Amino acid sequence: MKPALLTGKHYITGDVACAEGALAAGCRFFGGYPITPATEIAEHMAERLPGVGGLFIQMEDEIAAMASVLGASWAGKKSMTATSGPGFSLMMENIGLGVSTETPCVVVNVQRGGPSTGLPTQVAQGDMMQARWGSHGHYAIIALSPSSPQELFYQTIRAFNLSEKYRTPVLIMTDEVIGHMSERVEIPEAGKIEVFSRNKPRGRRDRFRLFSPVENGVAPMPAAGDGYRIHVTGLTHDERGYPDLTVDAQANMVGRIVGKIQNHLDDIIQTESYRMQDAEIALISYGVSGRTALAAVDMARSQGIKAGLLRLLTVWPFPEAMIRSLAGRVKGFVTVEINLGQIHLEVERCAAGRTPAFLVGHAGGTLISPQLVVERIKEAF
Amino acid sequence: MADHLKKAGNKQVHPLDDMVRRDRMPHIWCPGCGIGTVFSACLTAIKSSGIDLDKVVMVSGIGCSGRAAGYTNLDSFHTTHGRAIPFATGVKLANPELKVIVFSGDGDLFAIGGNHFIHAARRNIDITVVCVNNLNYGMTGGQAAATTPEGSLTTTTPLGNPEKPFNLPLLAYAAGAAYVARWTMLHIRDLTESIKEAMVKPGFAFIEALSPCPVNYGRRNKEKPLDTLTMYRDKTIIKNGASPLELDVDSRKSIILGKFVDIQKPTFFELYEKINRPAE
Repeated sequence: MKPALLTGKHYITGDVACAEGALAAGCRFFGGYPITPATEIAEHMAERLPGVGGLFIQMEDEIAAMASVLGASWAGKKSMTATSGPGFSLMMENIGLGVSTETPCVVVNVQRGGPSTGLPTQVAQGDMMQARWGSHGHYAIIALSPSSPQELFYQTIRAFNLSEKYRTPVLIMTDEVIGHMSERVEIPEAGKIEVFSRNKPRGRRDRFRLFSPVENGVAPMPAAGDGYRIHVTGLTHDERGYPDLTVDAQANMVGRIVGKIQNHLDDIIQTESYRMQDAEIALISYGVSGRTALAAVDMARSQGIKAGLLRLLTVWPFPEAMIRSLAGRVKGFVTVEINLGQIHLEVERCAAGRTPAFLVGHAGGTLISPQLVVERIKEAF
Repeated sequence: MADHLKKAGNKQVHPLDDMVRRDRMPHIWCPGCGIGTVFSACLTAIKSSGIDLDKVVMVSGIGCSGRAAGYTNLDSFHTTHGRAIPFATGVKLANPELKVIVFSGDGDLFAIGGNHFIHAARRNIDITVVCVNNLNYGMTGGQAAATTPEGSLTTTTPLGNPEKPFNLPLLAYAAGAAYVARWTMLHIRDLTESIKEAMVKPGFAFIEALSPCPVNYGRRNKEKPLDTLTMYRDKTIIKNGASPLELDVDSRKSIILGKFVDIQKPTFFELYEKINRPAE
């Protein structure tokens, strides 16, 4: 049997890198359902989990997959699922249950073209707003968007760490191209990987409150079977976890769910700047389009345009402060994404009319070429 | 003092006092509702099974019966509508030491959650499912369910239900359940014993508990609370081992109660271990 951590150099797809990242982070339960282009994550976990003391189950649909992931997390296992558009839609209600009950888990969306069955085998980034607001009610969520298999490996570990630290579902919004492309992925030694596991409660069981924040705005989390006799509900609940259908309880609960993320933006938000020091045109991008934008910056620079790139590894919570501070400095924003303007709208909102914001995007099915980005920059500025 | 009450100091203590969250009382169930009786049968079964209560987990879906998880002093989960079984599947497979009981209603388990029920039975997930069947959606005010008898009046079938109801034990049997039984909330001792037996048995166990909903179902169908109980007494027959094919709930005929399936077969987890980790 292979060890959980395959230290060494590999030539693997993004989907496999994602699965290996999950194993490195300590994931030991995967509840899945086949869907292109995310199936390979499930297949790899089905093969690997038994050898590391974990369990894989293929559920009857994505609703059940997401429910099983939440149940496994409450039984004490780091757990995950992976899907694409249609499955992501089906998971939404239980993602909301995970948010409300502050359940750590990781959901990977290998994005393909939508709406509906859309383009099953072709790339898109059209689920970014669904990631933010897809489950009903007001809440906050963490979503990461890596730009290579290597980054997908690391961001999957980071997704687990953030989910365990902040007791929340974390979404990995990757895409068909990153999921299916093969690249070199280097898996470091155990000592070089930071792994965080949820805090467990200590002290008197009768005084323990399941939703009473202690550290980082979150409460420690016992597992079912630990003897705490916890009650967990998707109804609005008080700090004991008991249903409390009042305006005050609602304000406290939603405030806590939003606050624990909003109050730790520095820890959660990760971006990468490229040639931004003297940039006049700031490209904003993420995921596979981050690669397009990176090439476009060099291409524009070679033509005398002072372009730079802010690549978002964390898309949600949105790096508002960063965009706002750039808005006073640059002449324009150009968001590069494979949809008709989702993160672009966020950029425009944060630019607040101080700086013009443009979109380079299309409805999905293929990548955006760097040439097109440069042409649009020339047209716009 | 009645036999079922014990004296503790000056306070009368119900024998199930330690099994409920007293700080959550009073419960939401209506006068004449049978859920509380099924719930207490379930708690009595859990308590008398001798299983370490710290290792017992109750999972519910949404609806009147779904509120049970919130009242029991166990690790308990009140999940989304229809999804108690896949949630419980995750709990059980992530920690097979836990004893997992799904307690929910007919609408939750067999309409919105029907697919999960048949797949958990097929896989032989080692959980016990107790279904309170009150023939309608009570929490939302008495709509037709997948269990509502043909012709019955509900708010969404105001002139009569054109649909045929599920025969739940037949469905459970056909899907592969290892244990299948049906009782009514009037047959409290049989029901309790059945739940206890199901809990200690490895594999997917299903117990249907027929239960009155006088406020929503009974009222519209000219069935007073006592009428339903009288029907449970007079129009039921106990026939252990009856063919699942003859288990339709039809008040024009006798309703058959009893234990219909009790077989030994490897659970999902046992097979997963055997296939994937044979050396261990």
